[in-house]
Amino acid sequence: MERIIVCLKPVPDPKQWDEVSMDPETQTLIREGIASVINPLDKHAIEAALSIQGVLGGEVVLLSMAPPSAASTLREGLAMGADRAVLLSDRMFAGSDTLATAHVLAAGCRWLGDNDLIICGNMSIDGSTAQVGSQLAELLDLPNIMHVIDLDLGEDGSMVVTRKIEHGFARLRGALPLVISVRKELNKPRYTSFTGILAAESKEIKVLSNEDLKISPEVIGIDGSPTKMAGIELRRFERAREKLDGSVDEIVESLAGRIYQYGII
Amino acid sequence: MSGDMNGIWVFAEQRGGELHEVSLELLGKARELADEAGKKVTAILLGHDIRSLSQLLLNHGADSVLVGDDPRLKTYRLIPYARVMASLVHTYDPEILLMGATYMGVELAPRVAAKVRTGLSAHCIDLRLGEKGQLLQVVPGWGGGVIATIACPDHRPQMATVMPGIMKALSAIEREDTVKEIEIDLPEKGLGPEVLEVKREKPDQLPLEKAEVVVAGGWGIGSQEDWKMIESLAELFGGSVGATRPPVDEGWAEEGQMIGQSGKTVRPKLYIGIGISGVMHHVVGMDQSEHIITINSDPDAEIFDTSDVIVVEDFRKVVPKLIDEIRARLKK
Ligand SMILES: Cc1cc2nc3c(=O)[nH]c(=O)nc-3n(C[C@H](O)[C@H](O)[C@H](O)COP(=O)(O)OP(=O)(O)OC[C@H]3O[C@@H](n4cnc5c(N)ncnc54)[C@H](O)[C@@H]3O)c2cc1C
Repeated sequence: MERIIVCLKPVPDPKQWDEVSMDPETQTLIREGIASVINPLDKHAIEAALSIQGVLGGEVVLLSMAPPSAASTLREGLAMGADRAVLLSDRMFAGSDTLATAHVLAAGCRWLGDNDLIICGNMSIDGSTAQVGSQLAELLDLPNIMHVIDLDLGEDGSMVVTRKIEHGFARLRGALPLVISVRKELNKPRYTSFTGILAAESKEIKVLSNEDLKISPEVIGIDGSPTKMAGIELRRFERAREKLDGSVDEIVESLAGRIYQYGII
Repeated sequence: MSGDMNGIWVFAEQRGGELHEVSLELLGKARELADEAGKKVTAILLGHDIRSLSQLLLNHGADSVLVGDDPRLKTYRLIPYARVMASLVHTYDPEILLMGATYMGVELAPRVAAKVRTGLSAHCIDLRLGEKGQLLQVVPGWGGGVIATIACPDHRPQMATVMPGIMKALSAIEREDTVKEIEIDLPEKGLGPEVLEVKREKPDQLPLEKAEVVVAGGWGIGSQEDWKMIESLAELFGGSVGATRPPVDEGWAEEGQMIGQSGKTVRPKLYIGIGISGVMHHVVGMDQSEHIITINSDPDAEIFDTSDVIVVEDFRKVVPKLIDEIRARLKK
């Protein structure tokens, strides 16, 4: 094994999502003061990469398209044990949809050279589209498998992968190079050790801009994204909120009455 | 043969010769959009020995069906399916392509979109037509706290995935057979991972997204023992049991029973939520239910904001009596 790439997305800490508000004038989300963390499923991707590395060797490289401030999130991934990181950062990338993001990540993979395995989290917790892994694979002309819940390395350099399907699973055998997207059932991400944090300080985070990658502006950023945002609003819930009062017996009586009215019983 | 097959396409997903419900639901929506825009609906059916499914697709809203019947398509494999879909898109140039946000669709749709270099939006909760035939795709973001409208103005087809249970299938009407077989042209090699084994079990309850009544329990239920109350109540209605995340983590409920951002989206006629606080992560999966009744001992529970009928009580006092009362009424 020469190289395993883990695609990593810094996301706003889900614990702080309640603090997100919207600027009614500009229709943009205000997320100031909300910390970035590694997308939770990407930690499972890192864990998978590290355990494969443990058997087959090679280097584990973190790859992320994000603003320069994402370096600190990448550092957390390095502290888990990845060898180095590549941060793809350029104003031209801003506003990229999933296909444009996949173009940028694909360029990053090509910049790195020959890669045996590319591992993504099955979806990001903020965008939740689950589209980037498949699109990256297509742009690199590599096969891919999503919803991965188990992995076995074959002797012949192939990989036997178990993926979830409705009410069950499918097992597949694929040759490397391969792109896989993993679910949380796959493994338990290791805890970061203090020595890991210290070691991460001296690991390389290479920042590349489009000067290095030379992707056509026509396929990246807001302008290069086929999908466009046509509107955004906070979700509102309007319901009657009628409180049933009285003794428990009375409450039960009127509950049953409602259920009857709805035509259920 | 109806000529125009460049209107609205629905990918008809089948596994083992069994059509996924979401395909019929998508046909229902496609029919509505097509009637509004004066376009035709075409279903795309890939597999082997699956021709008989095309009648079902026609009866549920398709004007025509393109059938790709080939042994190599019998079991779903991403690369051959994506190749065939992309080549069909190149040949017919459809305006819109809808797919289910199933395990298969979530993997296949983005690959097809990247192949034909078009836009794709994920997990739409609504689809509407805008100006100039644009498909407006309404998607939840940020754990559902925000809804965004996405368009794909300059690329075709406009692609979207929709989770099962969101759209409504039309009731079947007999329609005439307009089925066209397509040639499958695949290389010998380079078809990606081979499938070694597929294993599926019949679920032991009605799929949540199909149930007319969903009784959901949360962390407030407190124990496996009391969880049985939730199950008994659901059973009385012939409904299904849903859950928030904590009961799944505790093992009272299965992963597939979780409702919300990382679980299922349900739109039953009646949702009863018991011992659930009403965090956005859960609410986005149930707030489109027709009627919502909630029971929570905390008078300030957030779930009440999303409720039609509210009971502020310890559920242990209410639910057993409710079960008796419903049982009595059912006997009458
Ligand atoms: C990224 C992310 C994704 C998530 N996705 C999901 C998801 O898809 N679905 C989901 O459900 N969760 C999800 N969660 C978890 C979610 O944030 C909440 O933790 C969870 O929904 C809370 O479940 P709950 O309401 O059952 O528990 P709690 O919030 O603990 O609420 C329990 C409620 O029970 C009430 N109660 C206690 N005792 C009684 C009693 N005797 N009688 C009546 N009421 C009682 C309490 O008043 C309280 O309101 C996600 C979390 C994250 C971070």
